[in-house]
Amino acid sequence: MFKLLKIVLQRLGLGVFVLFIISVIIAGAVELLPGDLCQELQGQSATKETVAACRKELGLDKPVYHRYFVWLGNMLKGDFGVSLANGRQISELIGDRTANTFFLAIYAAIISVPLAVALGILAALHRNSIYDRVVNIVTLSSISFPEFFVAYILIIFFSVNLGWFPSLSNITPDTPLTEKMYKAFLPALTLTLVVVAHMMRMTRASIINLLASPYIEMANLKGMTRRHIITKHALPNAWAPIVNVIVINLAYLIVGVVVVEVVFVYPGLGQLIVDSVAKRDIPVVQSCCVIFAATYIILNLTADILSIITNPRLLHPR
Amino acid sequence: MTDKFESTVGQTADAVAPPPPHERRLSDAWKALKKAPLSAKFGIIVILIYVFIALFAPLLTPYGESEVVGAEFEPWGEGYLLGTDNLGRDMLTRLFYGARNTIGIAFVTTVLAFLIGGVGGVLAATLGGWMDQLFSRVVDVLMAIPALIFALLLLTIFGTSIPVLVLVIAVLDSTRVYRLARAVSLNVVVMDFVEAARLRGEGMGWITLKEVLPNIMPPLVAEFGLRFCFVFLTIAALSFLGLGLQPPTADWGSMVRDNATLITYGDITPLIPAAAIALLTVAVNFVVDWFLHKTSGLRDDQ
Repeated sequence: MFKLLKIVLQRLGLGVFVLFIISVIIAGAVELLPGDLCQELQGQSATKETVAACRKELGLDKPVYHRYFVWLGNMLKGDFGVSLANGRQISELIGDRTANTFFLAIYAAIISVPLAVALGILAALHRNSIYDRVVNIVTLSSISFPEFFVAYILIIFFSVNLGWFPSLSNITPDTPLTEKMYKAFLPALTLTLVVVAHMMRMTRASIINLLASPYIEMANLKGMTRRHIITKHALPNAWAPIVNVIVINLAYLIVGVVVVEVVFVYPGLGQLIVDSVAKRDIPVVQSCCVIFAATYIILNLTADILSIITNPRLLHPR
Repeated sequence: MTDKFESTVGQTADAVAPPPPHERRLSDAWKALKKAPLSAKFGIIVILIYVFIALFAPLLTPYGESEVVGAEFEPWGEGYLLGTDNLGRDMLTRLFYGARNTIGIAFVTTVLAFLIGGVGGVLAATLGGWMDQLFSRVVDVLMAIPALIFALLLLTIFGTSIPVLVLVIAVLDSTRVYRLARAVSLNVVVMDFVEAARLRGEGMGWITLKEVLPNIMPPLVAEFGLRFCFVFLTIAALSFLGLGLQPPTADWGSMVRDNATLITYGDITPLIPAAAIALLTVAVNFVVDWFLHKTSGLRDDQ
């Protein structure tokens, strides 16, 4: 148990370190600007005095490391600074949107995870059957589809032709949950279709890998029933890779929302970041990047740790 | 199993009366191609058609790339086979030019990513030591940030222009190439023939080019296909978001974006460029799938 704890703690430490490095990169990206933020802001109309005043206001007259730590400290307190485009508090801008984005990602995950794992296990058990081959071709194709293609096909079917679901998911914080789920159904379905293929293929591959290992063959030779082999021998060892697959895809979901949100005009972080990139509103982009990157890293870290602690060899050390 | 057996027999038969190596390789490739599964053949044909259209776009299209030829959103018909877009430009013409721009830029980006990542990976594996450590840690950190998000950050800083787009995506994607190139070269550099070459006193250049590179080609070629798909989809997504190729350059991602309003009226025209993107990636994936299957099969019987 002690060994396990040590590995987990090491991994956590590494994760925190990576988060730190990432924050340095995101904060430091501004330094790559030709000139600086203030010249960029004022453009042609910049005079020496206004630029100096602006630098003082934004703290650009202080050294880089000082600015970084102030930025990091504010960020940890939940103060993300002020938008360049409209001067509003960024934390105000992103509060509801972050919640919306997480809602959408979780919604999609609840549909896609059980579906993908079940389909993947089935495909692995019936390897090389017609079902497996059809699934292989279908998933290979759907991985290759751009997200907006899937999204618009769904819109044409479900909202234009059938009229079942709205093509715009304009939800607000006051929208009741059921209505939210109804309005966000098409975006969630799009995300589901995009990740299921990948998740399923990985699940299938990891189970097939496992079924090829010698101890499963041994169990087969002993004459055990198929069900017994799968439930008692294969699954305990398969959890680690499957959990890994799931969490990695959840991380992908969080990032994959960007395009989907734009298609459905869903008021989430993805749409905000795209608008802000177009307006070159650097502080907002930075804040969104921090949230996306942190979520992504934390989920990947969770995947690592889960696969460590579900590993039977580490759980029952000799 | 019989398949593998036949192929080894074929190789020994060839060895009895060897034709010049170039010819043999070509005829081998042709034979393999004929035996390829339907999906791979389909993929190859689709890719060839795309390349043809991309190369000869100006000859195949009735109008100029951004020439306004009619009213906005004309329906399909005489004169405009696929109608016109939101500014009255011919859809078909833009679609063909889009093949040229979108595929061309994705291709250049992928090549660049392979040059950076491949060279870095092979060097890290052959040199080892602090170079390897340095490269690998930098790559680890870059890979910890989701690529699309990082790309968005960099595009904000440097602005959206084609050189910036190509460079940013190539650098972000080269990290994946680096990982693979390093991993497969690490397996090769510990082999006896590389050791023999070292003892013979061959230089670094010889070892990387003549000993390591030929042996890591199959996985790298397959990876090239997959990376191309990924880059192609990323650029399409960025263009769709309005942050990739800028107007008036014809590009499939932005064509979908510009004409998306039609979709809400049940018109599928804007989906054609999206379908074109999907079809090409599917085709490349099919070919890569077959290629991977084939090369890994060959490695088994060695």
